[in-house]
Amino acid sequence: MQLTERHKEYWRRNMRMTAILLAIWFVVTYVVGFYARELNELVIFGFPFGFYMGAQGSLIIYVIMIFFYAIRMNKLDKEYDVAEGEG
Amino acid sequence: MATQTQAQFAQSLKKYYSIYAGGFIAFVILLAIAEQMGLTPKYIGYAFLFATIGLYAIIGIMSRTADVAEYYVAGRRVPAFFNGMATGADWMSAASFIGMAGGLYIQGYDGLAFIMGWTGGYVLVALFLAPYLRKFGQFTIPDFLGARYGGHTARSIGVFAAVLCSFTYVVAQIYGVGIITSRFTGIPFNIGVFVGLGGILVCSMLGGMRAVTWTQVAQYVILIIAYLLPVVWLSVQITHFPIPQLSYGYALEKVTEREKEITNNPKEIEVRNILKAKATDAEAKLKDPTAAYAADKATLEKKLADLKAANVAPDQIAATEKALAAFPKDVDAAKAQWTKEKGLAARAVPPRPHAEAFVGKDDAARNTSRLNFLALVFCLMVGTAALPHILMRYYTTPSVKEARQSVGWSLFFIFLLYFTAPSLAVLVKFDVYSHLVGSSFADLPRWVASWAAVDPTLVSIKDLNGDGIVQLAEIVLGQDIIVLATPEIAGLPYVVSGLVAAGGLAAALSTADGLLLTIANALSHDVYYKMIDPHASTKRRLTIAKMLLLLVAAIAATVAAQKPADILFLVSAAFSFAAASFFPALVLGIFWKRASSWGAVLGMAAGLGITFYYMATTQPWLRGLFGVTGSIADNTWFGISPISAGIFGVPLGFAVIIIVSLLTPAPDKKTQELIEHVRYPQLRGDIDTRAT
Repeated sequence: MQLTERHKEYWRRNMRMTAILLAIWFVVTYVVGFYARELNELVIFGFPFGFYMGAQGSLIIYVIMIFFYAIRMNKLDKEYDVAEGEG
Repeated sequence: MATQTQAQFAQSLKKYYSIYAGGFIAFVILLAIAEQMGLTPKYIGYAFLFATIGLYAIIGIMSRTADVAEYYVAGRRVPAFFNGMATGADWMSAASFIGMAGGLYIQGYDGLAFIMGWTGGYVLVALFLAPYLRKFGQFTIPDFLGARYGGHTARSIGVFAAVLCSFTYVVAQIYGVGIITSRFTGIPFNIGVFVGLGGILVCSMLGGMRAVTWTQVAQYVILIIAYLLPVVWLSVQITHFPIPQLSYGYALEKVTEREKEITNNPKEIEVRNILKAKATDAEAKLKDPTAAYAADKATLEKKLADLKAANVAPDQIAATEKALAAFPKDVDAAKAQWTKEKGLAARAVPPRPHAEAFVGKDDAARNTSRLNFLALVFCLMVGTAALPHILMRYYTTPSVKEARQSVGWSLFFIFLLYFTAPSLAVLVKFDVYSHLVGSSFADLPRWVASWAAVDPTLVSIKDLNGDGIVQLAEIVLGQDIIVLATPEIAGLPYVVSGLVAAGGLAAALSTADGLLLTIANALSHDVYYKMIDPHASTKRRLTIAKMLLLLVAAIAATVAAQKPADILFLVSAAFSFAAASFFPALVLGIFWKRASSWGAVLGMAAGLGITFYYMATTQPWLRGLFGVTGSIADNTWFGISPISAGIFGVPLGFAVIIIVSLLTPAPDKKTQELIEHVRYPQLRGDIDTRAT
């Protein structure tokens, strides 16, 4: 079937959101990981920051990101009329 | 109307599982009371073993099915929340449950690669795979490769990679089952393996994915209670706060202080020197083992003769006789012993600072360590997003919408355990550094003695300098002991130890179930039904599926019973293989319409090939297997360890798919439509790819 302009726009917006979230994922994982030694100089409540990011911080961000993506995409489906029927 | 039923279904599931969780807690409380009244640990172990396996068997029998969609994808009506729990149990293996906190205890920051890698991969699953695979809506991952890239070649490579990754993994799970049952009930390892196997089979054989799903939810409940309860208790004792993930900073500060004291303590230095001397001595003897063996033996014999001649006290003579009797029987045995002693050098070093990232003697070593850390994180993440037994779970949700939410729930339930493990490691380290170290040998904590008796590789402790006080360098802790001993360190009754064993068993069984199903389905659905006999009847397909399941399980158990050596390496290698073979082909298949059949086939082969080549030339055990000569250093690229070989395989896979696709014709119109179909949750007037 032929895709309409709206369909293409839906996909573009999906791609944009995917790219942004992927960038956050990259920074949280690899940039923070790369500078773990330097970030460890910063100590909060007894936690060296680089260590805490690896052990807990990054995980919390991953969970939030996935739920955020699910909620936004499920909304986007409705907005562009590509949501699954209620059946 | 259908939504109504689905909502009611979710509602009744919540009710059943709440009752179940309550019932399980009541069972634990009853056992605790029985323990106070004198029930012995052995019977508590039996009670947990048989009650939980019996429970899984009941769920398995209740979920038996003769319907293909029920068997392969649980009828596609598993609500997001419950699919999340099932995925959590499917994902968390014996290694995650029993071994991970121990790995963090030993490796400190560097162990966090597993924590980040095994969670961050779900971001990739959510963004790139789960919703699209759900829309595609068939039964297996090779199904997608087959449909998207046409023909049997892509599907066959998919089947090969799925079996390769899942089989090594399932062997490790069955091995874990054997270890846990034998430790907690005293049943011999080999029998434990087959008891566990029975537990796995009653679930998956009768009801396929449907039974596995509902059992995994039940297993998740047990494993998460078992993991969190002792840690929360320990946290209350040490930090006076029940949320260890927030409060262990205090313990970490103390651990860091103690590390410095232990590094400079004269008694600790003395023990480290003893260890170093032993190692150096052994190294020297290894240079000429035959001569050293003869010399050592002569010295001992002469000493015995001298003592006898001098007519000293009989106990002195007996001690020397004992030493002579314990002396290695031949040169080879002596060599083995000396090689082991040479390894003591690793213990002759000051404690590793727990929170310090990328430990190394100079900047170059630290940079290599950092590179390896990041490479390992990458391989584990991409591998997570490519392991068929996980991706398969997202076929079981009722809709694309729920598939997206389900990834969130999956990671949430996994996260509960993974973000607890680093705090557990620090809390136990705090206890060991501040209570065990410096205590007297006459008054060791009970957990040390009891676990050392069960298995000396878990705990061994020896007064090397003879001062009667425990030094850190005198303690050897195995990785698994951290989780196993936590209940006792926290001063909880034995019933909690039994609970932890039941949790470890649940983790191993649930993962084994998912993996076995993946292998058997790849063989029965992709190979038999799609490639050999597409006209097979439903009944025949299910019979074949169940027979293959039994066969694969039996082979896996037989391999596990041999106690294969490098099992842990193989499991980690599975991630690199999955990453290099599946990830580029799946992602480009969805996101790049131009990706062609030839591109995918060659890309998967190249990714898998280079990953395998790198491991075979740099990993000692595989080198031996394939007779690779030439030094490891010459074959190593950028100092990357073999476990992270996927770091080369994934980019190469992407590159080959892109280059070959551009050189070959674009996919036909039907394939283009398939791609559009999976990209939109619903298109009016669209094709239908759902399998029946």
